[in-house]
Amino acid sequence: MPHIHDRKIKRLEMIANRLRQHVITMIAQAGSGHQGGALGMADIFAVLYFHELHHDPKRPDWKDRDRLLLSNGHICPIRYAAMAEAGYFPVKELLTLRQLDSRLQGHPERLRLPGLETTSGPLGEGLAQGAGMAYAAKMDKKTWRTYVIESDAEQAIGLHWEATMFAGKNRLDNLTCIIDRNNMQIDGDTEDVMPVEPLPEKFEAFGWHVIECCGNDIADIVRAIETAKKIHQRPTCIISHTIPGRGVSFMENDFHWHSQLFKPGQADQALRELKAIEQTLKADHAAV
Amino acid sequence: MNPFAPKGTRSDAKLSRKLYDKAILLKPTRDGYGSGIVQAAETNDRIVVLCADLTESTRNAAFKERFPDRFVQIGVQEQLLAATAAGFALAGKIPFINSYAIFCPGRAWEQVRTNICLNDVNVKIVGNHAGVSVGPDGSTHQALEDMAIMRVIPRMTVIAPCDAIEAQKATLAAAMMKGPCYIRYAREATPVFTTDKTPFRIGKAETFRDGTDVAVIACGPLVHTALLAAEELRKEERLDVMVINCHTVKPLDAKTVAKAAETCGAIVTVEEHQIAGGLGGAVAECLASKRPTPMEFIGIHDRFGESGTPKELIERFGMDVAAIKKAIRDAVARKSST
Repeated sequence: MPHIHDRKIKRLEMIANRLRQHVITMIAQAGSGHQGGALGMADIFAVLYFHELHHDPKRPDWKDRDRLLLSNGHICPIRYAAMAEAGYFPVKELLTLRQLDSRLQGHPERLRLPGLETTSGPLGEGLAQGAGMAYAAKMDKKTWRTYVIESDAEQAIGLHWEATMFAGKNRLDNLTCIIDRNNMQIDGDTEDVMPVEPLPEKFEAFGWHVIECCGNDIADIVRAIETAKKIHQRPTCIISHTIPGRGVSFMENDFHWHSQLFKPGQADQALRELKAIEQTLKADHAAV
Repeated sequence: MNPFAPKGTRSDAKLSRKLYDKAILLKPTRDGYGSGIVQAAETNDRIVVLCADLTESTRNAAFKERFPDRFVQIGVQEQLLAATAAGFALAGKIPFINSYAIFCPGRAWEQVRTNICLNDVNVKIVGNHAGVSVGPDGSTHQALEDMAIMRVIPRMTVIAPCDAIEAQKATLAAAMMKGPCYIRYAREATPVFTTDKTPFRIGKAETFRDGTDVAVIACGPLVHTALLAAEELRKEERLDVMVINCHTVKPLDAKTVAKAAETCGAIVTVEEHQIAGGLGGAVAECLASKRPTPMEFIGIHDRFGESGTPKELIERFGMDVAAIKKAIRDAVARKSST
């Protein structure tokens, strides 16, 4: 059983809902961006920033913080939203996404925004950097953990498997890779574009511990991450099954929403649906 | 004046007295890296070495022996070499990453750009076996484009040391400087003609020989070849040739380059690398805006290498003493015709 109370679960669900609303507002304001993956990963970001990570928004360079790397940098609106809500920067700054002089670049740039850990966007590079950090932490006998979030489409990239091999060889049990297994990529279903399965077996063959979870279920996400922390001598891969576009009926499971432009009225419609979910959550929350 | 300075050279360059001696000591520049990295690591415990299955030939065996816990074997995974080094650097380490230049930075260009340079982290890229002088291994293993692909990335420093002593100094300087740096080393043993006292500072080109007729701006072991050409032309044709050791290709010492153009009115660049994007390109870009000057280029003219002995290949690709002398004469001729 996960070490989390029902009230905390409800609170995290409310936060995830708020992050989703930010994502829609930000991308609508920016006029471009990647909605599908960002909405699908909202629950994971809520759990990481508001439950699991050892971090301090007031001290983003705190040496002993956990490191969170976003390998699939294109879903950064969800990370920006979580960082703003956590207190890294003012929430109103979210509306500057993708604009000239904004700290919130279209793909995350570390030097522009404290707390990002690395610059990312070109796929398949996050795990390699995370493995380097995890190795360095072990050299220095530090206890902070490294988390890398990846997409499933990234599993096609050679460098990703180089990093998987390296982390397995070096038994980096302070490294957790969370894969957004939403089965979608730009050109369609991952198994049509370039099959990534059997994913669990592949990671196991490289010396990893594998956990599967429902990436849109707060309690299950917490269970997976807590379990990963207890695994010794192996890095852990959490294959997180998510629904892309989660929370907006017309976006869920439609690969066009990887980064499709909103048509007039669509962003408002999405926000209306998310607000309706918020009302339900509030009622549930009061009942718990 | 230093009476012991080799003929024609500046006394403050403090070059080896054996400069023109056929029995001059030969050593590959990579050996200078090998001793430099151990020396740098003695005083800075943040330095780590990442190596892609080439420990001995990249001259990391001594480091591995001395600091086994700070040596990380990456295997034949050059993209990982660059990307994971960025992770080490982000966690506070100063990684020196080692392979042959054709593989890293060659194969790892985008990781160098995104993970290392966009992040502006302290990763030092050590590119070995650069140039045609790799010899019999042939074109696939002769990196002739490495400086170009590194020079074009913002925040990157690019250094091509001229001998093993300078290579050691460059390694120590790279360890001290903040930010990404690429150093290119060669496989072949070449003359050790500088000394411990020869000045070296990243970004500062050193004038090894004064002159007024033509300025030769060179990098890497061919600086020695350029000095030989200059000395022969003094004896044979009374030409007064300046020779500059431009070890740092980026940031280019624009002041020294422009001053040489002003003094001599004609320039010859010399490098064991593609001229496009290399030292020749860099000097031409600089002079086109600061002081347009007739130029001749010694280096690789948009070709691939091939198998052969290093000596044969240096001749084949027109980078030997005779070829440099001809380029100098051509530059002089162009000067008088303008």
